[in-house]
Amino acid sequence: MKTNAAPYVSTTNACKLCKPLGACLAFRGIEGAVPYLHGSQGCATYMRRYIISHFREPMDIASSSLGEKHAVYGGGPNLKLGIRNVMTKYRAGLIGIATTCLTETIGDDVPGIVAEFKREFSDLLNQHGDPEIVTVATPSYSGSHMEGFHAAVKASVKQLAQAGPKHQGVGLFPGFVSPADIRYLKEVLDDFGISATILPDISLTLDGPALDEYEKVPRGGTPVEEIKSLGGAKAAIEFGRTLSKNVTAGGLLEEEYDVPLHSLGTPIGLRESDCFFSVLEEISGRAIPERHALERGRLIDSFVDGHKYVAGKRAVVYGEADLVVGLTSFLAEIGIKPVLCATGSRTGRFEQSIHAVLDEFDIELPVIRDGMDFYEIAEEAEELHPDLLVGNSKGYHLARRWNVPLIRVGFPIHDRFGGHRTLHVGYRGAQSIFDSVVNALIERKQEQSPVGYTYI
Amino acid sequence: MKTAVFDERKGQIHRKGEQPFQMTCDKDSLAGAVSQRACVFCGSRVVLYPIADALHLVHGPIGCAAYTWDIRGALSSGPALHRLSFSTDLQEQDVIFGGEQKLERALLELIERHDPKAAFVYSTCIVGIIGDDLEAVCKRVSKETGIPVLPVQSEGFKGNKRAGYNAACKAMFSLMGTGDTSEISRLSVNILGDFNLAGEIWIIREYFERMGLQVVANITGDGRVADIRRAHGAGLNVVQCSGSTMDLAHMMNEAYGTPFMRVSYFGVEDMAESLYKVARFFLELDPEILDRTKALVKEELDRMYPELLRYRRDLEGKKAAIYVGGAFKAFSLVKAFRIIGMDVVLVGSQTGTEEDYRELSEITDEGTIIVDDSNPLELSAFLQEKDVDIFVGGVKERPIAFKLGVGFCDHNHERKEALEGFVGMVNFAREVHASVTSPVWRFVPRKAGKRELLRNADRRGGQAK
Ligand code: SF4
Ligand code: SF4
Repeated sequence: MKTNAAPYVSTTNACKLCKPLGACLAFRGIEGAVPYLHGSQGCATYMRRYIISHFREPMDIASSSLGEKHAVYGGGPNLKLGIRNVMTKYRAGLIGIATTCLTETIGDDVPGIVAEFKREFSDLLNQHGDPEIVTVATPSYSGSHMEGFHAAVKASVKQLAQAGPKHQGVGLFPGFVSPADIRYLKEVLDDFGISATILPDISLTLDGPALDEYEKVPRGGTPVEEIKSLGGAKAAIEFGRTLSKNVTAGGLLEEEYDVPLHSLGTPIGLRESDCFFSVLEEISGRAIPERHALERGRLIDSFVDGHKYVAGKRAVVYGEADLVVGLTSFLAEIGIKPVLCATGSRTGRFEQSIHAVLDEFDIELPVIRDGMDFYEIAEEAEELHPDLLVGNSKGYHLARRWNVPLIRVGFPIHDRFGGHRTLHVGYRGAQSIFDSVVNALIERKQEQSPVGYTYI
Repeated sequence: MKTAVFDERKGQIHRKGEQPFQMTCDKDSLAGAVSQRACVFCGSRVVLYPIADALHLVHGPIGCAAYTWDIRGALSSGPALHRLSFSTDLQEQDVIFGGEQKLERALLELIERHDPKAAFVYSTCIVGIIGDDLEAVCKRVSKETGIPVLPVQSEGFKGNKRAGYNAACKAMFSLMGTGDTSEISRLSVNILGDFNLAGEIWIIREYFERMGLQVVANITGDGRVADIRRAHGAGLNVVQCSGSTMDLAHMMNEAYGTPFMRVSYFGVEDMAESLYKVARFFLELDPEILDRTKALVKEELDRMYPELLRYRRDLEGKKAAIYVGGAFKAFSLVKAFRIIGMDVVLVGSQTGTEEDYRELSEITDEGTIIVDDSNPLELSAFLQEKDVDIFVGGVKERPIAFKLGVGFCDHNHERKEALEGFVGMVNFAREVHASVTSPVWRFVPRKAGKRELLRNADRRGGQAK
């Protein structure tokens, strides 16, 4: 794969976000957790604003609010003060501390400072139910928000899970999917009779009901006790073809606790969902429940009904690596040609993952690039004459320039409503993306037609 | 309720009438409190961003640039280079060995690619730590490319947003004095501190032009480098927004003797008074300007009042809360709410001064809460305590209001609706009215009562947990 052929110089309109943002999102999916950024105030504020625009939900991220003197003399005192304040005011069950570029560069030893804190404030800790403190190093100059996300999930398991009695529970690490995806996954697991710990679980914490009291810490999220017991889980399932086991929570469970790991692609589209369902059959010893078999059947039926609308269309797909791999797999199976698959991060396994999902089709391989920004995506894609774009809101200006539809999936979606309720995974997710794609193409055809066809 | 307030922050909250006015402010945000404040870099970016034909390069890791990519509504009538997000996207190697070379290459590449009229280079936290010499790089590149390349010393941790305003003003000031001023009339103004969100500066420019004034430079909205270069030739600097460009006005006053005045374009009273103030300034040069201005104001008011009164009928006695970036805007908002019959029960800002808060305390009613550098816990507690009907703030405040079933109006840098000028007041009233009178509030737990909702769910066989 050509990783950005030209010598790297500058980034124009990045196709990625920074590492601590991913960590904050992951921590948000743990019950009682308050994400905390060890750094100066701006980072936390920017990330909150960014996340709020997608989820339209409160997103409190505490910060050490470091100033100049801390940058010189170290941020330890402020970190401790901040932890104390979060404990007492938020009554956090868990404080998820991620570093920022600043504190990584000045070299603050966060685990060391936390250990000191625990010694100095053991009374206070007891008084407040002894919240868990998980730390993760997330300097943005080495990795994007997705690396930060997975690092935080792994850190949570590493620092919380214990070797315990074996049990029938299963750990599911879905990666960064939507609250709607998580709700659906729970339903599926339930129907298989599998008791699962999904980590992280943002289904309620980032998509909650209307309230009459502001919840300091939103309800929902993965219970800390369940994370602790993951060491005794019967199996673990992890989504993400581009992830190597040594960076993931699933890999850690397998390595340290002998939990059998099923590494799968993010189940987007028919075949990747099939893989997921067959793993569930294997783990549960049950056949696919009727309602999901029917959903699968209807999905294929709709593929047939809609295939002519999409046949041979050319798509540009961009976003988080594993999302792009899943979408590429899906597009190929419905007869759309992925012509450019791009991601902003550099995962090292992006190209081989795309190849793997396209393997069974006899189609021309798309241009596959990692480390891309939107300037480069535009340059590449222009020549490829796409009929549609599939990705987050950030591609809107390109869609507008080329007058092609943009199917909004992933994160962030801040120019449409309900982005966080978008369903991507499983048969039901495939159905909903398929309908959006077909309808967008029909709409474009109608718009461009001189005749106002009503049957189309 | 009071448990929402950190002890350390008690001095930053004042309840009018309970005790004599006293307010601590200008403090660093408290660690662990979720401040709504941003950083120095943010302040600089905000002020310089709308200069549309300049290149804005963020020297730092990717986040700082990614989060500020085209997030604001600052429009341009021509070039729109400002809407792209450029970053040196520092990597580990750069942090270890320094990012100067990368910065230089990035500048040369981008300047060649986009042919900007000037380039601004923003430093971020990490750059302050690794100690890259921005100034030297900018000087070299400027020499090589022939355009001004200006370092903006905006390391995030070196204070709050206001320090960023100052850094931005310094950068702009260094552009001035280099353009030809021979065509500039004495009856002329520069517009400072308006960001042309949703095209607002076009409304204001039109007012000034109708008054017979030449607008030399819209420095911070729909801005152009060439205009800024000759801005020192203008007869008056008209400065809006609490702090952002006051420093620039002072610098210009000192260096070029340009007088300045502070204005606000929000609400009816402040908008009209601002225009009169400018007119009075030029009265000696143009004795008819005040009459023209009066005619303008009358015409605008005649057009807007009937609609305002209609909204007022529905809004009379409803309660409003305000939390905005700068205190100056808060003054205007308090008055604007009065015009539509609403009571302001909470007003706060991220960066007000003691003087600002004292003035707020003077113009508000008994019992009003005045707050500096607040956070979601406090704000939500105040909204509930005061049973507010609408909350005015920015994107970060929106979910606090909505979660609690309170109406909301975005009055921050990301708004896409023009709220300045007389027409802006009508837009504001319309938006407030639309939100406050929406039927959705009757369903939210705050109003409907949680118990009743659950009972209904029970009756329908829903699961009430
Ligand atoms: S790193 Fe510094 S400059 Fe960048 S957003 Fe954070 S506080 Fe602001
Ligand atoms: S400094 Fe680093 S952590 Fe903070 S916003 Fe910038 S990239 Fe993200």
